[in-house]
Amino acid sequence: MTDEKPFIDVRHAQKRFGDLEVLKDIDLRVNKGQIVAIIGPSGSGKSTLLRAINDLDPLSGGEVWLEDKQVNKQLPPRQYEKHINKVRQEIGMVFQHFNLFPHLTVRQNITLAPKMLKGISDAEANQLAEAQLAKVGMSERIDFYPSQLSGGQKQRVAIARALAMNPKVMLFDEATSALDPELVEEVNLVMKALAAEHMTMIIVTHEMGFAQSVCDRVLFMDEGVVVEEGPPEVIFKNPKHERTRNFLRKHLAG
Amino acid sequence: MGLDFSVVPGYLDTLLLGSLWTISIMLVSALISFFIGILLAVIALYAPAIIRYPFRLFAFVFMGTPLLLQLFLIYFGLNQIGIDLPAFVAGVIGLGLHFAVYNSDIIQAGILAVDKGQYEGARTLGLSRGQTIRKIIVPQAVRTVTPPIGNNMVALLKDSALVSVIGVTELTLSAQLAISNTFRPFEFYVAAAACYYVINLGLEYGLRKVELRIQAAR
Repeated sequence: MTDEKPFIDVRHAQKRFGDLEVLKDIDLRVNKGQIVAIIGPSGSGKSTLLRAINDLDPLSGGEVWLEDKQVNKQLPPRQYEKHINKVRQEIGMVFQHFNLFPHLTVRQNITLAPKMLKGISDAEANQLAEAQLAKVGMSERIDFYPSQLSGGQKQRVAIARALAMNPKVMLFDEATSALDPELVEEVNLVMKALAAEHMTMIIVTHEMGFAQSVCDRVLFMDEGVVVEEGPPEVIFKNPKHERTRNFLRKHLAG
Repeated sequence: MGLDFSVVPGYLDTLLLGSLWTISIMLVSALISFFIGILLAVIALYAPAIIRYPFRLFAFVFMGTPLLLQLFLIYFGLNQIGIDLPAFVAGVIGLGLHFAVYNSDIIQAGILAVDKGQYEGARTLGLSRGQTIRKIIVPQAVRTVTPPIGNNMVALLKDSALVSVIGVTELTLSAQLAISNTFRPFEFYVAAAACYYVINLGLEYGLRKVELRIQAAR
C-alpha cells in the first residue's frame, strides 16, 4: 500500500450478534478515488462491514475513520446523534431495495435531505435534482412517484438522491441484486460513470464481471474475515486461497 | 297511543340544532383524538421509559374504563376539585382522549409496518431520528392507518350521544327534550336515529374523500 493517508480507514472491526461473530478483526483501507469491491458468499459479513462504515450497524469493537474524523466515536447519545448526522451527509449509501420514499416524487426524494440539512432554497434544490437526474438519465421522470418506475430506474434515482448530498464516498450494498437481469446494466453504467469521475466507492456485489472491470481492488470475505485481497486481475485470475477459488468457481460458472 | 310522526316537523329546529352540536362535538373530538393519538403513538414507540410508562398507564386507564365514567369524572369530578369545564369542553376532551388511545394503537401498528429500509434510507442521508419520523415514517403510516381510524371516527360519532348525560344539548338530548314536551319517544328517537344516519353518511363521504386524496399520492 502507498504511504498516502487512507481516506477511509477501518481498524480491527469486530461485530458480534450474541455468540455469533460476524466480523473478526477486519482492516480495510481505501484511498481517495479508489474503488473497492467486497465479494464473498452470503453470511460472510460483507454487508455488515459496509454498514459499519456509516455506523448503520455499529461495530462491537474497532474504529472507523473518514479522513480525520472518527465515524463511530463514543459520545453521549445527543452529541452522537449530531455527530453521526453530520458524518452521514458525507457518506452516500445505495441499498439493494432502493429505499426510495414512496410518498414522495422523484424530485422530492432528491431534494428532501438537501433542503432540510443544507438549508438550500427551493430553486436551488430543483436545480440540484435536475442536475443529478440528468446524470443518471432520469430527467424525464422527475415528477413520477417511485411506484411508477422500474427497478433499474428506482436504483438510478436512489443513486441520484445519494449524490445530491455531495458525498465524499459512496457505499453500494448489492445495488443490483434485486433487479431483473435486463435492468442491471443501466445501473452498472451509472456506477461506471461515477467511477470515471473518481468517486471513492465501496461496492458489495455478487457481480464478478462488474467487480473485475470497474474496481481497483477486490476483497474476498468469508466467515467474517478477509480471506484474500488484491487487484482484480490477481483475485479473479490467480487467487491464492482455496476458499477464493471455490467461491469464484461457483460464481463465474453460474 | 298510536304513532304520529306529524309531531316531528314542529321540533325540526330542535333536532337540527342538536345535529349541529353533534357534528361539532364529533369534529372537535376527532381532531383531538387524531393529534393526541399521533403524540401517544410516537411516545409509546420512541420516548425513553421515564416518559413512556406514565403515558402507558394513561392509555391503559382510558382504554380499560367506560367512556361514560370518564365523562362523569371530567365533568363532575373535576368540578369538585375546582376545575369548572363547560359541558361541551368536558365532552370533547373525554371523547377526544378516549378515542386518542384507540387511534394511538392503530398508528403504532401503522408506524411499525413501515419498512425498516425507509428509516435507514433517511438516516443515511443524514436526517436525524426526529426528522426521519416526521418526514418519512409518519406520512407513510398515515396512509395505512386512515381506513381504521375512519372506522374509529364512525364509532366516535355514535358514542358522542353519551355526552348528553353531562348536559350537552346534542342530538340525543335534543330528542329527549322534544320527548318530554310531547311524550312521543318512538317518533323522536326514530327521528334522531335518522339524523345520526344522515350525519354518518356525510362523515363516510368525507372520510372516503380523505382516503382517496391520501392514496392518490402512491
